[in-house]
Amino acid sequence: MANKTAESISREEFFYGHKACAGCGGSLAVRAALKVLGPNAVSVLPAGCMSAVGFNFPQLCFSNNSIISTFAGTASMLTGVEAGLRARGIKEFTAVGFAGDGGTADIGIQALSGAIDRNDNIIYICYDNEAYMNTGIQKSGLTPFGAKTTTTPAGSNIHGNIRPKKNMFEIAAAHDIPYAATASVGYISDFIQKVQKASQIQGTKYIHVIAPCPTGWGVAPDETVDIAKEVVDCGLWYLAEYENGEFRLNHKPKEFTSVEAYLKKQGRFKHLTDDDIRIITASRDKKWEYIGKNFAL
Amino acid sequence: MRPYIREKKSFTFDEVPENTSFEAGYLTTVNSGWRSIRPVVNTQKCVGCEQCYLYCPDGVISVKDGKAAIDYDFCKGCGICAKICRIGAIEMEAERK
Repeated sequence: MANKTAESISREEFFYGHKACAGCGGSLAVRAALKVLGPNAVSVLPAGCMSAVGFNFPQLCFSNNSIISTFAGTASMLTGVEAGLRARGIKEFTAVGFAGDGGTADIGIQALSGAIDRNDNIIYICYDNEAYMNTGIQKSGLTPFGAKTTTTPAGSNIHGNIRPKKNMFEIAAAHDIPYAATASVGYISDFIQKVQKASQIQGTKYIHVIAPCPTGWGVAPDETVDIAKEVVDCGLWYLAEYENGEFRLNHKPKEFTSVEAYLKKQGRFKHLTDDDIRIITASRDKKWEYIGKNFAL
Repeated sequence: MRPYIREKKSFTFDEVPENTSFEAGYLTTVNSGWRSIRPVVNTQKCVGCEQCYLYCPDGVISVKDGKAAIDYDFCKGCGICAKICRIGAIEMEAERK
């Protein structure tokens, strides 16, 4: 039985033997993207899970060229890698960055904004596990409302994170970037197609992929893919693209699955009351109303 | 090619490279000790649809002769493959010493 997606990517493994937790969504995103980009990808990883698990001297789990950047400098190092290789006359390469949600939306946003502004020919992939997981689950700008982290604990008065998730996809799109997309590791073919598309486009590309973290989300390791699917199916995340100044929705669930069922599966949302869930459901409906008005299908 | 296990050497501080590390894909330790359960492929049932291959976070599943094959040196036993398999061709079994 032929699998079209599997046939479209390299059979080789470029991220192998790494020390990520069992069932890590981030490592799945990195592995899949590198299998699209092939051996000539030069990857840049800031401080974060993927650099912590990929580079344990003398172990090097990448079989393509790979480098750790400063936490804030993923995009600026990508700029340098791209300019340096171009200056040396090397044509066959892709500069790709893998930064977590904290490294993208909080610490690295200025460097990313600068790179998009210069329209450097790079791919920036944000694997979003919705908190600073590597250092022990602290809230980031992409932690959703109500999530319990070590810096937003759930008590009787305040129920976890009080702020909504930053809209990084539309922030990137607001720069008039050549290509931006959202994805989820639960829909891996969609993610792989978006990386393929990004690799064909000249200029800065930004892909925001939801990558559940079993450790931080409080789910079993084998539920990573299911929960990444469910976040899309219940409407709390969406698969979309931004290209030529237009937003396009790639996947419209016919009917949303239960938000409550999605939330209650996870340890980080266990404490939420019915009122909190109503707030989350209302914000989802408002978001989809916005999507319905502004995104093409 | 995929990263593969090399002979383990001991290093003194002077021998540690100042700049780049070794060549890419230099592995010295396996991950098999992390596992308490292991996936076992039922080759009678497996149809080679490659869903497990696509969704494995560690990339330890390859397809040999149209059937899923698992590299137990690096499988961490997360169980995603068993769950993604629609025909139930992968089962998780307890790891026995």
